[in-house]
Amino acid sequence: GDGEAREAPLPTEQPISVGLCIKMSAISASEKVDGFTRKSMRKAQKQRKSQGSSQYRTHSTPVELSPLPQLKDAPSTEQQELFTQKLQQCCMLFDFFDSVTDLKSKEIKRATLNELVDYVSTNRGVLVESAYPEITNMITTNIFRTLPPSENPDFDPEEDEPTLEASWPHMQLVYEFLLRFLENPDFQPSIAKRYIDQKFVQQLLELFDSEDPRERDFLKTILHRIYGKFLGLRAFIRKQINNIFLRFIYETEHFNGVAELLEILGSIINGFALPLKAEHKQFLMKVLIPLHTAKGLALFHAQLAYCVVQFLEKDPTLTEPVIRGLLKFWPKTCSQKEVMFLGEIEEILDVIEPTQFKKIQEPLFKQISKCVANPHFQVAERALYFWNNEYILSLIEENIDKILPIMFCSLYRISKEHWNPTIVALVYNVLKTLMEMNCTLFDELTSSYKADRQREKKKEQERDELWKKLDELRLSNPALVQNNSHGLLRVQNNNNNNNNNSSNNINNSDTQDRDVDSAVAITTDEKEPDSMAAGESTLSAK
Amino acid sequence: DSCSVVNRGFVCVCKSRFVFCFLQQRRRAGPAAAALWQKPRSAAQQRHSVTATESKMAGADGDDSLYPIAVLIDELRNEDVQLRLNSIKKLSTIALALGVERTRTELLPFLTDTIYDEDEVLLALAEQLGNFTMLVGGPEYVHCLLPPLESLATVEETVVRDKAVESLRKISQEHSPVDLEVHFEPLVKRLASGDWFTSRTSACGLFSVCYPRVSSTVKAEIRQHFRTLCSDDTPMVRRAAASKLGEFAKVLELDYVKSDIISLFTALASDEQDSVRLLAVEACVSIATLLPQEDLETLVMPTLRQAAEDKSWRVRYMVADKFSELQKAVGPEITKNDLVPAFQNLLKDCEAEVRAAAANKVKEFCENLPEDNREQIIMTHILPCVKELVSDTNQHVKSALASVIMGLSTILGKDNTIEHLLPLFLAQLKDECPEVRLNIISNLDCVNEVIGIRQLSQSLLPAIVELAEDAKWRVRLAIIEYMPLLAGQLGVEFFDEKLNTLCMAWLIDHVYAIREAATCNLMKLVEKFGAEWAQNTIVPKVLGMANDPNYLHRMTTLFCINALSEACGQEITTKQMLPVVLKMSNDQVANVRFNVAKSLQKIGPVLDSNALQTEVKPVLEKLASDTDMDVKYFAQEAISGECLSSSTIVDKLNT
Repeated sequence: GDGEAREAPLPTEQPISVGLCIKMSAISASEKVDGFTRKSMRKAQKQRKSQGSSQYRTHSTPVELSPLPQLKDAPSTEQQELFTQKLQQCCMLFDFFDSVTDLKSKEIKRATLNELVDYVSTNRGVLVESAYPEITNMITTNIFRTLPPSENPDFDPEEDEPTLEASWPHMQLVYEFLLRFLENPDFQPSIAKRYIDQKFVQQLLELFDSEDPRERDFLKTILHRIYGKFLGLRAFIRKQINNIFLRFIYETEHFNGVAELLEILGSIINGFALPLKAEHKQFLMKVLIPLHTAKGLALFHAQLAYCVVQFLEKDPTLTEPVIRGLLKFWPKTCSQKEVMFLGEIEEILDVIEPTQFKKIQEPLFKQISKCVANPHFQVAERALYFWNNEYILSLIEENIDKILPIMFCSLYRISKEHWNPTIVALVYNVLKTLMEMNCTLFDELTSSYKADRQREKKKEQERDELWKKLDELRLSNPALVQNNSHGLLRVQNNNNNNNNNSSNNINNSDTQDRDVDSAVAITTDEKEPDSMAAGESTLSAK
Repeated sequence: DSCSVVNRGFVCVCKSRFVFCFLQQRRRAGPAAAALWQKPRSAAQQRHSVTATESKMAGADGDDSLYPIAVLIDELRNEDVQLRLNSIKKLSTIALALGVERTRTELLPFLTDTIYDEDEVLLALAEQLGNFTMLVGGPEYVHCLLPPLESLATVEETVVRDKAVESLRKISQEHSPVDLEVHFEPLVKRLASGDWFTSRTSACGLFSVCYPRVSSTVKAEIRQHFRTLCSDDTPMVRRAAASKLGEFAKVLELDYVKSDIISLFTALASDEQDSVRLLAVEACVSIATLLPQEDLETLVMPTLRQAAEDKSWRVRYMVADKFSELQKAVGPEITKNDLVPAFQNLLKDCEAEVRAAAANKVKEFCENLPEDNREQIIMTHILPCVKELVSDTNQHVKSALASVIMGLSTILGKDNTIEHLLPLFLAQLKDECPEVRLNIISNLDCVNEVIGIRQLSQSLLPAIVELAEDAKWRVRLAIIEYMPLLAGQLGVEFFDEKLNTLCMAWLIDHVYAIREAATCNLMKLVEKFGAEWAQNTIVPKVLGMANDPNYLHRMTTLFCINALSEACGQEITTKQMLPVVLKMSNDQVANVRFNVAKSLQKIGPVLDSNALQTEVKPVLEKLASDTDMDVKYFAQEAISGECLSSSTIVDKLNT
């Protein structure tokens, strides 16, 4: 019975795990066997046990903590001193990868942190000036750290499970404490700004790259509070976010906190004063628009589109450059991204001013007509949904004489050719709507459709022939490719012949200059073209 | 002087004239056509119609050779990116056709003006322009290429910008010293003081190419600009500057290296961003190489020490990764005093990434230690850390170590190897991670030279057997690949006794890739041990499989014969293998039969013409009339191939 089998297929066993910095011949050997090494590498890494640590351990073992009395039990005169002691106690860091050591001390720190959170959120008058440095010191010691190497260098936030911060039981409470500290009614930015400075913010921003979504969520709220309370830091924060995005777009293509930062920006843009500063416009055009090119756009597109629309609502004159920017970066191969772009375009069209629409309608609808004809039905469907939008319909109707000629060809063709029946049905509806908008134009286009297509085909053929001719020219002129001066001469001669034959007597460069550009010839140094011409004619003479 | 005249003329001419002679007809065609040459994209539709009429006109003129060039230029602005890209890639053809003067005065200004395009097109353009020197008239005019490249060096997309910088660096060499100062250096300055970070980033890569060939005043300016960029506000620019620091240091006079570069190096190495700091580590290698030994301690070492203990693992990783280079650059004394403790710390780092990078360097580091007390340093400082790494928690660290640890035996000699290293090798041979074991086995030759493999063979065998039977076929595959090497080192006796069974067992592995590798392995073994050995040990077993009930095993016999016939020679092939193959032509499974045809074709060259004519040919002819179409096909293939090969043999015999 096994006679039918032509060859045993490649096995599908578990591959061996392959390390990130391992160069071993077994890998190259296995690559010869199947082409899925990369995938198998990823799979192998997924199985890796979480073992990185984000804390730079100094090899000093933590001192055992002893519990201090409760703040609420202390006499009010001693409370401040006890508060400071507790803050200092919480500066002790523990190794959370080792789940058996320091259990008692860890529990003491956790309880103390809980108490501290409670203390700053419920009590008034606890934020005396001398407490600020102690508080910020406790916070920076606990949360500021170099993030560990990613467990999975090919981490795909859409598919893979993020590595969670091991010391979260403590860190969460420290973040909570920072937030309550900032939100305390007695909090005074004028004092705090000595400690919550540019360096502090800088380190806070770097933490947004954390793989742990819980941490990023806290960071988002905290940065937003800081932006709101510290006017002096606002420009700095914007600039640093700018840099993070630029590094993300053009250097690393990797940063976990893009969505969170965009969310903060969304609310910041809302508050921009009018007219918009050049800095803000530059941010829109040189940072937010190029962000659309990112591989993981899906992770932050909603926030990004929100920011873009916020900008356009502030200043409608930005509509044209923004849409041109999106058209420039329009996805060429990724249908999912194309659907996102179409969604963003619809959001923009929802708020567009009719005058702005007129400026951009031609290039925009050329793109939409391509999307409508996309063989991927989700792209086509998303584009066709535009015709369900009342406001967009009114804009189209207003400019039907411009838009219909652009759209007609695609729509007419796919109404006959698209493989997906839903798309065909949608297209019929759209065609009907368009026909109702301008019946005469629609009829004209219908009747000239065939002729237009033929003309297009002919043009295409002509182009192909021209390219062929060009290749022949190159082939028949090997000297032209190899020997510069020689090839030049031949073409130059042809050039001259042509001009002699034609009614416009444009000959070699000296007559040419006098004939056509006499005005220029006067202003330029006449000697230059002359001497050039002389050079050429000697070449020709040869 | 003459240069500036040309330049001025060039600017005036290009502003008022059109790209090509008969484009001037276009200008006369009216304002609409003129406008479309300024704003191609917005007027694309009109342009198309104009182009169409134009093409007819030109065609009517009967000039075929010139016309496509115009089309090319026209297509440089086509709506379709692919067409624009095609024509940009043929830019040199356009330039050749235009001639050097028109290229300078018309084509280049046109390109400079229309630089807004898809990055794909810009990338192709940036690349082309780097090879354009001859097309604009040689080195004398090479500066004409600067304006478009300058624009390209400021675009956002890194790939385009880098390519533009690469081209600029290339053509900088073609500038005369005068042109370099008059044209190139001002461009660098403009880029270095650009508003947007992209131009400043690009400037960083251009300082070192013009510095050696300009006057001392300009040199001072260049140094100043570089200094400014090293403390730029934008981290992207500081990163670019840091990555070019070493390269720039190399072209500077030693005094300036000491005064300028060191302070920049120190500043960058303590930058707030670790991405900048780690680049300074790279620069450290070049800088240390440039400085005399007596200055290293004061000028470089404080920074290097700091980097080795940086709080960011990325910086420490970089130090570990560059450790051998650093070691060579700072020399033996500093290595002894500073780098040995630093290396110890890296081997004990808390991040596995850093430990693995350092473990990779163990052999190289030990090799390059000063010979006078190399052994002592290794034994007292390095080996204790290595011992710890053998039982590291991270498998990547262990396997990085396993790939180099065997190299220590040549450095430490026989006695130390037996006493100190052997236990480590043995421990790694028993490691739970197959990669570690494989890395040890693949480096056995180092140990073989020092202590002979016998010392290891007792532990080796269980390790090999275990790997040979590993559940993961890739592991089995890897160990098969080392078999010929092992056989060579262990000798034929040991092999026959212990390993032969394994090699034969792989032939009936259930994974095809393993069977295939096992076949190939047999061939290599025969090459090593000779035909006689083959005849006695493996050929009988291989041929025995021809009667196996599993057709896959029967086919393996054929594959083995294919591989072995040449190494075994005519005698064995004709007398022992051929009969088996011929008999298998009656197999009930079609796969076996067409593989018989293939085998016959394969072993044909080894057989004599008599056997071919009397034995092979009839069988192939029978197979050629088989009921299975594949069998037929391969039999016919073999017959036509066989005729050719047999005739060559006949020819050989005749002559």
